[in-house]
Amino acid sequence: MQWKTADYAGWGRALRARGRIARPERVSALRDALAEGGPAIGNRLSYGDGALNADGAAVQMTRMDRLLAFAPETGVIEVEAGATIGALLKLLAPQGWMPAVMPGTGLATIGGCIANDVHGKNHHGAGSFGQHVLAVTLMTQTGPREVSPASDPALFRATMGGQGQTGAILSARLKLMAIPGQRMKVVETRMRDFDSFIAALDASEADFTVGWIDATAKRKRLGRGILEEGTLVEGTRPGPERRPKPVPFDAPRALLSWPVVKIFNRWYGSGVPDSGRKRTRALDEFFFPLDALTDWNRLYGKRGFHQFQCVVPADRAPALKEILTTIARGGVASPLAVLKRMGPGRAGHLSFPMDGYTLAVDLPARARVPALYARLEEQVIAAGGRIYLAKDALARPESMAAMYPELEAWRAEAAKADPERRLATDLVRRLKLRSA
Amino acid sequence: MAETWIVLGASSSMARALVRRLAARGDGLILAGRDLADLERDAADARVRGAAFAEVVRFDAREPACVAPILARAKACEGTVSAAVFVGSMPPQAEIDADPGLIEGVVTDSFTGPARLLQGLAPIIEARGAGTVIGVGSVAGDRGRISNYVYGAAKAAFATYLSGLRNRLGRAGGHVLTVKPGFTDTAMTWGIEGMFLVASPDKVATDILSALEKQRNVIYTPFFWMGIMGIIRLIPERVFKKLSV
Ligand SMILES: Cc1cc2nc3c(=O)[nH]c(=O)nc-3n(C[C@H](O)[C@H](O)[C@H](O)COP(=O)(O)OP(=O)(O)OC[C@H]3O[C@@H](n4cnc5c(N)ncnc54)[C@H](O)[C@@H]3O)c2cc1C
Ligand SMILES: NC(=O)c1ccc[n+]([C@@H]2O[C@H](COP(=O)([O-])OP(=O)(O)OC[C@H]3O[C@@H](n4cnc5c(N)ncnc54)[C@H](OP(=O)(O)O)[C@@H]3O)[C@@H](O)[C@H]2O)c1
Repeated sequence: MQWKTADYAGWGRALRARGRIARPERVSALRDALAEGGPAIGNRLSYGDGALNADGAAVQMTRMDRLLAFAPETGVIEVEAGATIGALLKLLAPQGWMPAVMPGTGLATIGGCIANDVHGKNHHGAGSFGQHVLAVTLMTQTGPREVSPASDPALFRATMGGQGQTGAILSARLKLMAIPGQRMKVVETRMRDFDSFIAALDASEADFTVGWIDATAKRKRLGRGILEEGTLVEGTRPGPERRPKPVPFDAPRALLSWPVVKIFNRWYGSGVPDSGRKRTRALDEFFFPLDALTDWNRLYGKRGFHQFQCVVPADRAPALKEILTTIARGGVASPLAVLKRMGPGRAGHLSFPMDGYTLAVDLPARARVPALYARLEEQVIAAGGRIYLAKDALARPESMAAMYPELEAWRAEAAKADPERRLATDLVRRLKLRSA
Repeated sequence: MAETWIVLGASSSMARALVRRLAARGDGLILAGRDLADLERDAADARVRGAAFAEVVRFDAREPACVAPILARAKACEGTVSAAVFVGSMPPQAEIDADPGLIEGVVTDSFTGPARLLQGLAPIIEARGAGTVIGVGSVAGDRGRISNYVYGAAKAAFATYLSGLRNRLGRAGGHVLTVKPGFTDTAMTWGIEGMFLVASPDKVATDILSALEKQRNVIYTPFFWMGIMGIIRLIPERVFKKLSV
């Protein structure tokens, strides 16, 4: 059977949809499924409604995951879009290569990484995912069509970070990054507060950096946390393969109540001594720390959660501090907050990155969260920043033009590629991305 | 010299999962099926993963003429030649009830078509004193049920055939592994209601590979289906005929 009707959700599980889903395993089945309309989706790791199409059809790409060609001399690989970043890392690392950009979960598919033009812990140096894509093959009504920056620059740009609106990506050719071994030397340092965190991020010379922050800490302690700096080093994989542990049931609400979260954060921070800590880690452990628990989104209970992720320009760090203050005062639990330095690298009209700082905070779906989010949204616009569509479930359509100045140019390309808007997702409709 | 595998029904996601593991250990792969254009992509995948070689040949269970070229290719391979059979089709029982003409196709896909090829491969295995046959049947072959008894009958026939083939090849240094999967998350079962304890194709492939290492004869995958089917087989026919399991 090609289609099944199912209830499904984004990673945050707060937004849901009911609709028809196909999961083709071969090109002919993919072509048939796409003929009925609906966007291609990946592993639905986007937090909100980016991979949802309520009351419509969606084509899940996860079984289209074959490796089509690999040149170990040049580090160019061609893969079907349903292959995951983690699978590529696992296969390539022993051969001295890895995807040049990897998001915080290895389960993201190549199609999803392109459609959100994702960034990794090396964004300040390596840029965004789309900057390492040499070409994509889009499924069009007339068959597969290869699109590269040379063959059709505008369509290529609209596809990078293009929310799947220019067509289903069948496969992509990627330029990989050469690595000296399968190890990451990690230095963890405690950060007292926000300002010292920003200063340390600016001063860091590491290729890979990420800041874990306690978004519940206020006043003097606002922005305290741990800075992780990683450097690739030689050597085989340290330790055995990870075996992810499942979260077998939805957590009761009490588990993530505010005091519990505070304790969690204090405990997390205390794992690192005052003097800091040096460790050698396997690449997947460093890049995908949360993948150690499968379905950890269930920890937020049945109602699910949201993630707020924004970026502000490099000279607006004080505005980000205000944003963090709003979050801490908001009193909504957020045990997983991340602060990163971003470089200017971006590959598409709707790409998220900008030269600056990005902050990502989880917010359990509670009654007061939409109001909090709206306040944050205003602060972000005032700072000249933007909210990340891959994480968004609550932003308003009015904000889009200010956050994404190239929206009109993107719209024109999307309209050319998909004039009937057959590929629209719930997110695209909610944010009116394709209509003025 | 590494082993060469002829994989019938290579487009099945179970087959794909096994092929990836075989490729990673450097085996040679001959992927046989009907959708040649798509199988070329699987062959490419196998090569990237380390297969000694990977190529595609046409196999339609319902076209006996497909067998000879595949056997010729097998003979041309040096070293051990083995086969893995994933071919099968499961039209809804209601469709078969409405059109009994479908029975022949179901039996051909799951049994006679693959058996015809294996019958030609057996002498090659015997002559070389080595080679494995993996035959994928189904728990559905363990007992006829109202919901899919024609498919079940075809799988039962294939299992009986494999048992005899094991008896034959075992004497000549060959080995036959019968695999009985329970519900597996593949294209065949996508959208079918009422499935439970559904396994991934990867799980099936892992179980197959470890059964190969242990030279097992018959496995259920996941293993608990052995217990479930043990109980189902024990139910007396006079009771079973009233059940709709
Ligand atoms: C734990 C966790 C950590 C994360 N860390 C990061 C991070 O560090 N950096 C970052 O940038 N993001 C991060 N993300 C977000 C994630 O990388 C993106 O949401 C990514 O798009 C998810 O990929 P997916 O395959 O699940 O795509 P989905 O969420 O299923 O889909 C996302 C979008 O891609 C489109 N799409 C998917 N496949 C195709 C295709 N084949 N053709 C055309 N369009 C397609 C969909 O239509 C949709 O618009 C994280 C998410 C999680 C859950
Ligand atoms: N999924 C389950 O729950 C389950 C449970 C127990 C047993 N099984 C068995 O497992 C095996 C693999 O099935 P699957 O679940 O992976 O489903 P599938 O994707 O439908 O695989 C069936 C395979 O059989 C091939 N095939 C069908 N008719 C053919 C013909 N006339 N000639 C040549 N090839 C033919 C198909 O090839 P084409 O590409 O040419 O169509 C395909 O490769 C089957 O034998 C099935 O009966 C499945």
